[in-house]
Amino acid sequence: MGQMSGAQMVCEAIVAEGVKTVFGYPGGAIMHVYDEIYKQDGFEHILNRHEQASVHAADGYARATGDVGVAMVTSGPGFTNAVTGLATAYMDSIPLVVISGQVPSSLIGTDGFQEIDAVGISRPCTKHNFLVRSLEELPRVLKEAFYIARSGRPGPVLVDIPKDITVDIGEFEYPSSVDIPTYIPTYKGNAKQIEKAVEAMKLAKKPLLYIGGGVVLSNASELVRELANKTQIPAVETLMARGVLGAKNPLLLGMLGMHGNYASNMAMSETDLVISLGARFDDRVTGKLSEFAKYADIIHVDIDAANIGKLVDVDYPIVGDITEVVEAMLPQLDGIDTDRFEAWRKILKRYDELHPQSYVDSDEVIKPQWAIERIGQLVGEDAIITSDVGQHQMWAAQHYPFDRPRQWINSGGLGTMGFGFPAALGAKMAFPEKTVINVTGDGSILMNMQELVTAAEYKIPVINMILNNHFLGMVRQWQTFFYEKRYAETDLSFQPNWKALAESCGGIGYDVTTKEEFDAAIKDAIKQDKVCFMNVIVNRFEDVLPMVPSGGALFNMMLPETTKKEGEA
Amino acid sequence: MQKSLDETLNERRVISVIVMNESSVLSRITALFAGRGYNIESLTVAPIPNSDMSHVTIATNGSTRVIEQITKQLHKLIPVYKVIEHEEMIEKEMVLAKFPIGESLADISVLASAYNGGIANVGKDMIIVMVTDEPKRIKHFIEAAQRYNPCEIVRGGVVAIER
Repeated sequence: MGQMSGAQMVCEAIVAEGVKTVFGYPGGAIMHVYDEIYKQDGFEHILNRHEQASVHAADGYARATGDVGVAMVTSGPGFTNAVTGLATAYMDSIPLVVISGQVPSSLIGTDGFQEIDAVGISRPCTKHNFLVRSLEELPRVLKEAFYIARSGRPGPVLVDIPKDITVDIGEFEYPSSVDIPTYIPTYKGNAKQIEKAVEAMKLAKKPLLYIGGGVVLSNASELVRELANKTQIPAVETLMARGVLGAKNPLLLGMLGMHGNYASNMAMSETDLVISLGARFDDRVTGKLSEFAKYADIIHVDIDAANIGKLVDVDYPIVGDITEVVEAMLPQLDGIDTDRFEAWRKILKRYDELHPQSYVDSDEVIKPQWAIERIGQLVGEDAIITSDVGQHQMWAAQHYPFDRPRQWINSGGLGTMGFGFPAALGAKMAFPEKTVINVTGDGSILMNMQELVTAAEYKIPVINMILNNHFLGMVRQWQTFFYEKRYAETDLSFQPNWKALAESCGGIGYDVTTKEEFDAAIKDAIKQDKVCFMNVIVNRFEDVLPMVPSGGALFNMMLPETTKKEGEA
Repeated sequence: MQKSLDETLNERRVISVIVMNESSVLSRITALFAGRGYNIESLTVAPIPNSDMSHVTIATNGSTRVIEQITKQLHKLIPVYKVIEHEEMIEKEMVLAKFPIGESLADISVLASAYNGGIANVGKDMIIVMVTDEPKRIKHFIEAAQRYNPCEIVRGGVVAIER
């Protein structure tokens, strides 16, 4: 393509990769690239008001679309601000390419202005990272960065580019393919292992599909729905897999884990065969490991071999892409006796009737669970729901009727407060026609509230539904249960005027204290072309239940009041 | 159906890692060990002749599950080409030791040759010996050498090759 500067090469690569939106924040070391961004029209650039938000926005974009998200930051503090974003994406295996400026090559190692060892800092929170050494290797590095980010188990990749390399001029030819002899992901599962696993499924009495975020990442939801349907094996979803089977699917028991529902956690405790698809046995899912799926053999399908056998012993390890493995399984399951699992399904149904996912509604005050259910009724299948981290996140995961993958966007692995709002911006940029609601809390929202300005400037009308209990609610809940109600630094009674705050940044504010106000606010907000804060005052001391205390066995759940009276536990 | 491997069993393992010979590859490996809490007993690295790869030899220890994780996590690093968990191997370590010239040259020479070594240098004030042997025997050599008042002992780390 001829002679051009390193900065131009960066822009050309972004265009060649089909990226339409880049999120970022300029600064000294990345200025040449921004100068090229100014001149080009191949992609749009969104100026967030903090680098962390840029990476989260690119992350939200990636989660909503399945494509690689791109963020751009400068050296030093620009990069360090981006680290939380990288770590968030890393823990949830989200494909990102983050491009950071670096001080000129000649200054590296001299403690120059805004110099920090970006590859050193980001090593444990990226899938891979590059410090570009020369202009000649820049096109190859960019190509490899995108390839590594999206292939295998996806993840964020950092490309750190010294300023002089963005200035230098050289020959640009974007490679059409990559050749990394040391990196060859395994997609196809071992045929013999798959065969054995299928046999085990046919012979099981109480099998259970344990569905994780890998199914979303692999775009395998349709196949997994087919698998469930064909075998009539009941299923549980992790936090990251909400929407894979769809809320209406009768085989779906719900979410399992620390805040899983009764039937899901009991199913995992009593099953004789766990069929794990793209899940990684996180401690928030398993509870006490020695009691987890104690009576079961385990089939573990994962594209990352290191996940297999990391926490539990696996009887049928299958390294491969969920799509390819399930595709191989399906024909072998022809004629499977689905009646075989009828008794098991009945037991689980009975469990769900005993202790359904429930809460006590109120006419006095808005219950946060009601608010979630209500948006489910009003926007349901169409909306994209992002969330921050805390009680609101769990209520959303428990009560929203997620119907499709990529409808639910949250920071599961790292648990990053402040993720939801910028991620919502990314999702809305990807799907402008969809309603995007960030379910958040009065704690989390303040951690990236500067994005009000971004959203207002670019007219990105996302709805921030603040479930306001004037507490850091999840920590408060633990203090109630485990710290004798000593509410150390969790009382958030001192608050901004949310409506005025939103309005001062060019958005809309709604103060909501009744169900009528709630309906009116959400219906109005959906029609607006402006970002909004919906300040929903909810019951202060509402708890997220059921709850498995940290380190406890999954079947030892604290259950909501109402169900305790009727049930046996 | 046993839910956890024996976590208490601590075994010593030697792992060879074949990596692309590029900058920061060694820090990726050591950072992985540090970040995930694995032990490094010894680590050696050198380029493989006539290739763009390097051979890293790591002696480590841990439970079966930890050793398995080390292997898998190493393999996940992008510049890592191959990870060999040695079973049947020849394992050697080199050591250099410096003794005062006043000690018995003959005794030290015999000791060194008993451990596959010899005198490497004799200077005005010091004798330097070099020994290459299995790590276990190197330990014995160092114990035995104590009676000759060594001034300095430098161990080279383990290298291994599959039989």
